[in-house]
Amino acid sequence: MAHSKEDILTGLADLINEETGISTDQVELGKSFTDDLDIDSISMMTIVVNAEEKFDVKIPDDEVKNLQTVQDAVDFIASNQ
Amino acid sequence: MPDLIQPQGAKHSRIMSLGAARGDTVVPNDDLVGPIDSSDEWIRQRTGIIERRRSSKNEQAVDLAETASKEAIEKAGIEPSQIGAVIVSTISNSVQTPSLASLLADRIGATPAPAYDVSAACAGYTYGIAQADALIRSGLADYVLVVGAEKLSDFANPTDRSISFLLGDGAGAAVVGPSDTVGIAPTVWGSDGSKWGAVGMDRTIKDAFDADDKIFPTLRQDGQTVFRWAVWEMAKVAQEAVDAAGITPADLTAFVPHQANMRIIDEFAKQLGLPESVLIARDIQTSGNTSAASIPLAMHRLLDEHPEARGGLALEIGFGAGLVYGAQVVVMP
Repeated sequence: MAHSKEDILTGLADLINEETGISTDQVELGKSFTDDLDIDSISMMTIVVNAEEKFDVKIPDDEVKNLQTVQDAVDFIASNQ
Repeated sequence: MPDLIQPQGAKHSRIMSLGAARGDTVVPNDDLVGPIDSSDEWIRQRTGIIERRRSSKNEQAVDLAETASKEAIEKAGIEPSQIGAVIVSTISNSVQTPSLASLLADRIGATPAPAYDVSAACAGYTYGIAQADALIRSGLADYVLVVGAEKLSDFANPTDRSISFLLGDGAGAAVVGPSDTVGIAPTVWGSDGSKWGAVGMDRTIKDAFDADDKIFPTLRQDGQTVFRWAVWEMAKVAQEAVDAAGITPADLTAFVPHQANMRIIDEFAKQLGLPESVLIARDIQTSGNTSAASIPLAMHRLLDEHPEARGGLALEIGFGAGLVYGAQVVVMP
């Protein structure tokens, strides 16, 4: 079953919290993974792999570089699940 | 037509001993952070490395290999003349030919043993162990010297933020010999050339020579691609090696992965679901990433620090440029 964008944001926030300890309410659509949330490339890849499993979606390596903001990630997952 | 002779070797093989040599100079993070606009804290957080060992100008990979090999041969209690093959895994031989192995064989008194280099980057040591096991069981050699030897600092660019600051210099050696019991379980190995460009040299020697800037080829990697592959794909390979050995992770005494990055090692251990009782080699903290040398160096240290682990089972897995990988469960010497 397809996840709504709200579900994806909530799920993503949980994954980010699990990997980095960043509080889930800090994970907002407009925020940049690197500049605002200070997530490094290795943590980003861990979150990506866990998101693939959670949302049953494939996020290719080349695509990860395009996921600059939380919004980018939510949109990508929503349109590729 | 007469029947040809085909020898039968020892029924089993095992690693009899290890030797280690690290670069003669301690290089802390602070010595490298300037050109990459970074900090000691940044490097520690992202890699777990506090310092690495590098060789000074006059110390070459073959010198490190010689020191490590002599230790391993002495500990094995054999004469160099008994060595039936010398296999050196390296990506940093100072010339494209001849091999580092033939020079090493001569320096340690193993001439005229067959000697050759293996180019399998960070998986090279596990490839060497697989070959040694096969040579001994097929009767082509009684004892095989397997060495991973690297002077990676020759191929590091101080301004590169992708891999150079991880790199260290060192050599680890193992003497593999005949055994009454299984000392080396089946090797699970392979390659994936579709990711040929994910990690490796940034240009050819010829291109470097022809270019105006004359910058020597150095190592580069696409960190995210390599990280994903190194953890999640390699966790499957590691599990296959455990299955092929006929054991479970709970039977392991130690996990000795290629020392690429502490974050990879930690995530890898998590994915494998290793019990807390399993010792995890973390030599990278003070040795850096030494490619083919990292597994024998890490196991050598682990056994120095935990002598009670001798005779226990270790899962060793190497993975790197190619991409190539190799994993096997071994009895630690």
